[in-house]
Amino acid sequence: MNYKVSKHIDLNQQASWCPGCGHGIICRIITDAADKLGVGDRIVTVDDVACGQFGQYAMDYNSIMGAHGRVIATAAGVKRARPDALLIARPGDGSAYSIGIESTISCAMRNENILALVINNSVFGMTGGQMSPTSLMGMKTSTSPFGRTAERNGSMVDIAKLLGQADIAYLARCSVDSVPNIMKTQKAIEKALTKQMNGEGFCLIEVLSPCPTNWKLSPEKSMEFIRTTQSKALPLGEFVDKGGNK
Amino acid sequence: MIEVICSGFGGQGVLVAGMILADAGMEDNKQVSWYPSYGFEMRGGAANCDVKISDEEIPSPFCLEPDIVYTLNETAIDTYESRLKPGGVLLVNSSLVPDERTYRDDIQVIKVPATTIADELGNPKGTNIVMLGALACASDLYDEAAMRHAVEHYFGKKGKVNPKNAQCFDRGADEARKQL
Amino acid sequence: MAKVLITGNEALAESCLRAGCRFFSGYPITPQSAILEYLSWRMDELGGNCVQTESELAGINMLLGAASAGARALTTTSGPGFSLKQEGISYLCASDVPAVIADIMRIGAGLGDIFAGQGDYWQITRGGGHGDYRTIVLAPASVQETADLAYMSFDLAEKYRHPVIIATDGAIGEMIESVELPEMKEHDIDTYDWAIRPRKDGEKQRVIWNRFWDLGNDEYPIYLVNKYNEIEANEQRWESVQTEDAEIVLVAYGISSRVAKSAVIRARKEGMKLGLIRPITLWPYPKKAFEALGPQVKAFLDIEMNILGQMTDDIILADGNKHPVEFYGEYWHLIDENKIVAKAKEMLAKY
Repeated sequence: MNYKVSKHIDLNQQASWCPGCGHGIICRIITDAADKLGVGDRIVTVDDVACGQFGQYAMDYNSIMGAHGRVIATAAGVKRARPDALLIARPGDGSAYSIGIESTISCAMRNENILALVINNSVFGMTGGQMSPTSLMGMKTSTSPFGRTAERNGSMVDIAKLLGQADIAYLARCSVDSVPNIMKTQKAIEKALTKQMNGEGFCLIEVLSPCPTNWKLSPEKSMEFIRTTQSKALPLGEFVDKGGNK
Repeated sequence: MIEVICSGFGGQGVLVAGMILADAGMEDNKQVSWYPSYGFEMRGGAANCDVKISDEEIPSPFCLEPDIVYTLNETAIDTYESRLKPGGVLLVNSSLVPDERTYRDDIQVIKVPATTIADELGNPKGTNIVMLGALACASDLYDEAAMRHAVEHYFGKKGKVNPKNAQCFDRGADEARKQL
Repeated sequence: MAKVLITGNEALAESCLRAGCRFFSGYPITPQSAILEYLSWRMDELGGNCVQTESELAGINMLLGAASAGARALTTTSGPGFSLKQEGISYLCASDVPAVIADIMRIGAGLGDIFAGQGDYWQITRGGGHGDYRTIVLAPASVQETADLAYMSFDLAEKYRHPVIIATDGAIGEMIESVELPEMKEHDIDTYDWAIRPRKDGEKQRVIWNRFWDLGNDEYPIYLVNKYNEIEANEQRWESVQTEDAEIVLVAYGISSRVAKSAVIRARKEGMKLGLIRPITLWPYPKKAFEALGPQVKAFLDIEMNILGQMTDDIILADGNKHPVEFYGEYWHLIDENKIVAKAKEMLAKY
């Protein structure tokens, strides 16, 4: 089998993700996308605390650990100070849509020229699977033990509805549940990085990603859950694509 | 060290008057401080500033016992007359203060119809400048010519030269001179 | 260079720019907003970034990004906004990222009010956020000193890879004095080898995160203690006024110290032996100023614009609890020179 790994994946470090986690796949396609564009030497990541932060071990880019919920704002700060860098902020759904939603929306409104890559597993992963803004209706989590309801917990955050009409460069929802979808996600990242190089502005890619541990499913069943349930509530697609690839 | 309190309604230009005094002091190589205080309102509330002009370092920027109290309304007199040093100068805008009002007898009171004069000269925003003319004439803070130049210098820096300001200044000084 | 008449807030902003600061992110709050307003046009002239952020949180966390990238970065706020910035300041300290944060203090907890005050002493000197940290705190007492300290604050921050807080108040921020501004400098964002930039081939990976991950759990505590000891040994700044023979030593910083200085002059005319210690760094606290005092000292009078006498503990510690420490505070009102003299007279009779 011809199995090539980007030199920007650091095989000497240990990223302590659970078996079946989507984070490793996502780190790999970030590096592949950057390599394909030939911009591996321009990437700077800003990683949220919690599971995504292990990306600082998995990838060998220069990077910053931001405060929970603030990585999109922090990445915008780096970009303004270092316009030559290609910025990827890597929050989770709890970070980008719950505690940090003000900065997600406001950085979009300012059209900050960065890529926000939101890894959405519909729970707060590292803290033990609590309900997040994207937990599905009816979903049982450690803080919605009877299943999420609109009355008790509010309705879900769907970023496509919040930013679908915004004047930003790119908004897409992808998934890593299957090889074709992984390839599509990589394409989306390539597109967003190209837009950043063109100075088009804010790109947000939400990636549906499995969390077998907190979903209490096997890795295989978790992928199936994305296909049959998560992506039904949060449909995949490109919602904003302004300017195109110049 | 000379201490001046300027006080009036917001919009009457008391803060600018204080700034002109400070600017003149700075141009004269003195140490100067200008401390503003206002009411909550964005417009029309009380506006005051404490100005200190000194050859040496200015410790407190707040005027405890002013040498000069420059007022443009009656409230300002109510508030600050009592603080004036014995022998100090109180400038009163007689356009807005009843004639029958009585004052301390150990201070020098100069009454100038500043608002009326500014209106007459077609420079309604020049009330503060009329009173600066009176201040220059009635006190020995600066000589009159230097103060007159300071007004021009201040507005010149801001690119807002208005020849009517000089007329306002001179009329204010004349009014004060009559009372000395 | 010719002097200019500017407010303390403008002096702070302009001086930071002249020190090479080309990044600002902050949020409006009184009495700090004049800094944001000033930088909104002035930063453009210099080709830097001034961002009015969506929140105080975004203000401090955008700054974390720019400062991590090696830029000289500033954010400014007042009271309630300063509270919101604490998590970010804790991150700056934990990650050894130098930056400058100004707190233009007002009065009170909660909303308090917008009037000049010194309500945040505990918060700025103890490390207002979580974890083991303190920041260097500079407390100017005049517009000129605001300009001077702001100018050197970035050097100080970078020397220790540590944030510096400039603590002024509404009075110093809004008052105008004649100022000689420092010279314009440019800062090279590649000055330091820790600054985050795209990784060049063959270059070591640069990561900004908890320093204890770099240094290890055993070494990090030693590193941290040494860092704080070094700052404490080297960076104490203060002014002593007529303390040589003083029997009552006033202790005041910022705008309160200006009034205290007038009170010393007034009291001396009445034959009372008053002196003043004016801390310029609130942390490290100028213990050396207290160590230099003679045996004639009878007591200290702490003067602050808050209710609970927040600095009193530091005076007791710096003095080694050898003398009585009394407190005169004002809330809402400015410090009154006459009240200081009256209080000192009382203390001279008592001790």
